Amino acid sequence: MIKFLNILGKTTTASFTKLGRGSYFLLETLTGIIDVMPRPRLLINQVYSVGVLSFLIIVISGLFVGMVLGLQGYYILSDFGAEETLGLMVAASLVRELGPVVTALLFAGRAGSALTAEIGLMKATEQLSGMEMMAVDPIKRIITPRFLAGFIAMPLLAALFSAVGIIGGQMVGTGLLGVDDGAYWSQMRANIDFHDDIVNGVIKSIVFGFVTTWIALFEGYDTVPTSEGVSRATTRTVVNSAFSILGLDFILTAMMFGDH
Amino acid sequence: MENSVKQQDNLVGVRKLSFSRGEKKIFDDITLDIERGKVTAIMGPSGTGKTTLLRLIGGQLTPASGSIHVDGQNVHRLRRAELYNLRKRIGMLFQSGALLTDMNVFDNVAFPLREHTRLPESMIRTLVLMKLHAVGLRGARDLMPNELSGGMARRIALARAIALDPMMIMYDEPFTGQDPISMGALVHLIKSLNTTLGLTSIIVSHDVHETMAIADYIYLISGGKIVGHGSPEEIRQSPSDWVQQFMTGAADGPVHFHYPAKDYFDDLVATGKRY
Repeated sequence: MIKFLNILGKTTTASFTKLGRGSYFLLETLTGIIDVMPRPRLLINQVYSVGVLSFLIIVISGLFVGMVLGLQGYYILSDFGAEETLGLMVAASLVRELGPVVTALLFAGRAGSALTAEIGLMKATEQLSGMEMMAVDPIKRIITPRFLAGFIAMPLLAALFSAVGIIGGQMVGTGLLGVDDGAYWSQMRANIDFHDDIVNGVIKSIVFGFVTTWIALFEGYDTVPTSEGVSRATTRTVVNSAFSILGLDFILTAMMFGDH
Repeated sequence: MENSVKQQDNLVGVRKLSFSRGEKKIFDDITLDIERGKVTAIMGPSGTGKTTLLRLIGGQLTPASGSIHVDGQNVHRLRRAELYNLRKRIGMLFQSGALLTDMNVFDNVAFPLREHTRLPESMIRTLVLMKLHAVGLRGARDLMPNELSGGMARRIALARAIALDPMMIMYDEPFTGQDPISMGALVHLIKSLNTTLGLTSIIVSHDVHETMAIADYIYLISGGKIVGHGSPEEIRQSPSDWVQQFMTGAADGPVHFHYPAKDYFDDLVATGKRY
């Protein structure tokens, strides 16, 4: 019992100290924005490596998710003779939920883990320390541009995911299963609300982008500077990001669509 | 401040410094001086916190007690901006080289210049080539860090460390893991840079032979204390058993060959008992 309490206490303090370090880290990262502003090149390079390199996985996944939605939606809707509303169903699921959430999960796996490994290795090979000794603040020089890049890339990738998914749903729905093409698009246009659906979806992906990138960068920066430490940190990034994304998605959905 | 004449000669003054990592005491009340314009070596067995001392001098770690003055400034009392200004005048050579892996050699050496100055690119090019020439690697400017041998990486890192014309360079284990030729090149470079650029050098090392060859003054640290100091000649003639064991590399002496254990015979006959 005493042992249990001891472990409980230790784990609690450890997680709170980590949260504290993480918050301080975030604060420093955000103050670095002022220094990154005059140097857009740093940011552009990172948007490229975080965003553009995740492009392919997002497009392919989006296409397949949209196609599956088209199939499943058709089977259920045709039972009620409502297959004309397939376009609405596909678009609403993607824009509200699957777009932001699946993109964020894929982003955490593709870009988040890469960021953690990169920063972790820079720490393990004394590059961050070396930068500090050259009077260059590694947070401002290395972390802040990557943070902003993740923050910018995520909503764009989520939008791309939804767009490709809608096309995938259309390919299956109208091309394969014979739903009327005009109905697919017009149902979507008539019933998808700009504020309720699209803006809320974008807000979600901005929040996920913020949290995932923060977790990835902090895990890298806080890693035990050995190869074992880096590999553990990479795993933690993916696991913690997934939990945060799914948990936050529930909270955000409840807040956004709760009053309907 | 009682002997102000001596104070002026010292670029770095460490006073009554103590530092612990967790339960372990790394430094216990040590005092040492680094004379301006000289090569000072800090030697001791692995794990005695020699690198930690460099990090303390560079202000990356904060001591539990005591003070460190660099060029008259108390490192741990400085504000962040002042500390960064001080660091611009200090070069540090890390054991691994710590080159930025996503840039080639040229950009690595140009890095501090680009970060801290607004020099035009043509001048940066001239400066970088001069620094690379000084370490004999002007021809390697387009290589990436993963294409360099360990000795070359360290020389590039040295070129980067002198890019801003510092007043002092701290070398962290510069000779470890080098083949005899690159070792010779480094020994020669450290000495000649110190003279030609009018630097002050601190070398942290346990390579007795190389360090003795270039150091003007040596501090020996063990167990968190300074166990001996003096010119290489004085160290060589030190009466201390410990110093003699360290300098000659004898397997047994004040530092025992065997890690503390119970009696060998008892240990062997104590079979069947599980630990």
